[in-house]
Amino acid sequence: MQDIKTYMTPCSVGEAVKAMAAGGVTAFCGGTDLSPQVESGARQYTATLMNIRRIEGMGGIAEQGDSIRIGALTTVTEIRRDPLIAKVAPILAEAAEHFASDQIRNAASVGGNICNASPAGDMINPLLVLDAEVELARWQDGAVATRRVAMADFFLAPRKTVKRDDELLTAIVFKRPAADFVGYFRKSGPRPALEISTVSVGIGGRMSNGVFRDVRVAMGSVAPTPLRARNVEAALEGKPLNADTIRAAVAATSADAKPIDDVRASAWYREHLVKVFTEEVLNHVLGN
Amino acid sequence: MSLETEIKFTLNGRPVAVRVPATMKTLTMLREVLGLTGTKYACGEGECGACTVKVDGKTLNSCLMHAVDCDGRELVTIEGLKTPEGMNPMQQAFVDHGAVQCGFCMPGMIMQADYLVGENPRLTREEAQRGLEGNLCRCTGYTKVLDAVASVAEKKCCGRL
Repeated sequence: MQDIKTYMTPCSVGEAVKAMAAGGVTAFCGGTDLSPQVESGARQYTATLMNIRRIEGMGGIAEQGDSIRIGALTTVTEIRRDPLIAKVAPILAEAAEHFASDQIRNAASVGGNICNASPAGDMINPLLVLDAEVELARWQDGAVATRRVAMADFFLAPRKTVKRDDELLTAIVFKRPAADFVGYFRKSGPRPALEISTVSVGIGGRMSNGVFRDVRVAMGSVAPTPLRARNVEAALEGKPLNADTIRAAVAATSADAKPIDDVRASAWYREHLVKVFTEEVLNHVLGN
Repeated sequence: MSLETEIKFTLNGRPVAVRVPATMKTLTMLREVLGLTGTKYACGEGECGACTVKVDGKTLNSCLMHAVDCDGRELVTIEGLKTPEGMNPMQQAFVDHGAVQCGFCMPGMIMQADYLVGENPRLTREEAQRGLEGNLCRCTGYTKVLDAVASVAEKKCCGRL
């Protein structure tokens, strides 16, 4: 393990990204992913260890115009209990409800769950359904510069994202869903708690006069990254949601889900689960 | 030699100042630097809850938390639960209900149970069960644990605690 030369607790985004521009920074907040990964040898500390938890303005959930902004340091417990999220994006609260355990939810930040870039990350799935963007900050020409990236374009491979090493994920932003938006999330594992999802499916869209529009379907643990299931979306978009449409959507899952065999489940089981969950979630939308 | 940092925080109501390596976990600091061995090391990866402590009033796994992150915060461990009169009501309920078997999971289990009734005085048995999902008992003695938690919640709810 590399010796840590510097430990930093920046108070502002500027202070943090200025240090990150010099390279060699390991950032952490709750440490719930970082600690076991370092312990197992899957990851190593770099020369600078940066505790980002005390950065001002990087926590909290707020409405900004027609958008909802969630600071990257917001814990999963805060999301689970937030009245605004419960009202405008219950699919996110639902996923928080099924996230690990109380102790992990109290420590883990939503930004950390995204940056960990696991195909099974449980905050990622509902945020894909909400068509969220992440805000990335970096130090450029003596000032903080930011860019926004759609969550759907953020993940490249397991543990790999488009975020550069000198960038800090500062917030997640999504448009306030329309009044007729419905969305549900379903995950599976051998036990209800502390389970890394074997498969997760989230589906959301606008439901009016029996027709499903602006449909977004997200899947976890069925590909190297969390993904938007574009073929399933196409099978649903603008269609009256009925048994035939649901059958077509279920059939389309095999074009999107490309799971592998691993210690948690076999590929065939995951392919089966993704079909079952897609049908269940759509029936739930229909029943609403 | 890993970099050491001086941190100051409140531990069980008392101010503490200590030098810790930047990579050390809170659990190791409690047990090996500060000599408080009530908090247990079991899985070391946040799966079992034996190392549960309260930080700023919220429970978390001390095996995952960097000790340097304790700086400026308020920690309570199982040693800090007792009151001047003796055991706190949750500890007493675990004794009264015979909820303890080998005992290794108990400090974490009691910390989490105490947190749950503190957060929600109307805690139901089902909510207690969900709230304790992050605490494993390898003796599998969950029923009496839930009896103990439910008894405290019931007393809290009707104002007897």
